Amino acid sequence: MSESKEMKTREGSEMQPQSEQDVVLRPAVDIYEDGKEITVRADMPGVSRDRLQVQVDGNNLAIEGQAAIDMPEGMESLHADVRTTQFHRSFALSNELDTGNINAEMSDGVLTLHLPKRAELQPRKIEVSVG
Amino acid sequence: MFGYLTGFDNDVFDQFERMRRQMDRMFGDRFTTPAGIRSLAAGTFPAVNVGASEEQVDIYLFAAGVDPKTLNISLQQNLLTIEGERKIEYPEKAQFYRQERFSGKFRRVLTLPEDVDPEQVNAHYRDGVLQITVKRREAVRPRQIEVK
Repeated sequence: MSESKEMKTREGSEMQPQSEQDVVLRPAVDIYEDGKEITVRADMPGVSRDRLQVQVDGNNLAIEGQAAIDMPEGMESLHADVRTTQFHRSFALSNELDTGNINAEMSDGVLTLHLPKRAELQPRKIEVSVG
Repeated sequence: MFGYLTGFDNDVFDQFERMRRQMDRMFGDRFTTPAGIRSLAAGTFPAVNVGASEEQVDIYLFAAGVDPKTLNISLQQNLLTIEGERKIEYPEKAQFYRQERFSGKFRRVLTLPEDVDPEQVNAHYRDGVLQITVKRREAVRPRQIEVK
């Protein structure tokens, strides 16, 4: 979260960062793994599905979103924990992940990404035969 | 205008505030203005923005993934209390690499400008943002006086 940029009033119905566009919010994430996949969950409040972008470029996973917030005419900021509407975070993927089959869901400002492992690389239980 | 708001550990004068935090870390709070009695540490979930226009005060809670049914909002005069809970469920076998998202109950108390009307409050939750709109009483709004 940026400390130095003032949240400013809207243009249309969106808040705009006052100056540089490169001021971004770093969404909080949970990342966990089970046998089949890695799950990424990111808090992006105010971001609707159509303002969200999830991009995989080679081994780079980038999550981007623009929050849209209704603000009345003539509003002055009294207090702002959040000073920009742009979310961005990226991760380097490892190559056992099947980047062609990433699944994304957005619900109540929470992005959930399922990154499946390649079928041939999913852990297999090895049976020990006795005898 | 800015003197109203005491519910935050965060000043309008950001740069000073940042310096204040650094000073706090180095020297404790002996040389700086004390934080508000109801203020919370920076970075506490959920983040809050407050904006005011002549007609109303708008409070934005950036609370993604909260079930609106868990929210409890009350306004006593100009003291706004918002309580809620975010329950995050994980699969049993999950092995974590990062766990940054807040899980559990939260509560924020904000002191709003004194002229808000507790009878005219509206709240809605969309895309993870809770917006509470409180109208201000007419009497205190600046009025254009016509010269006849």
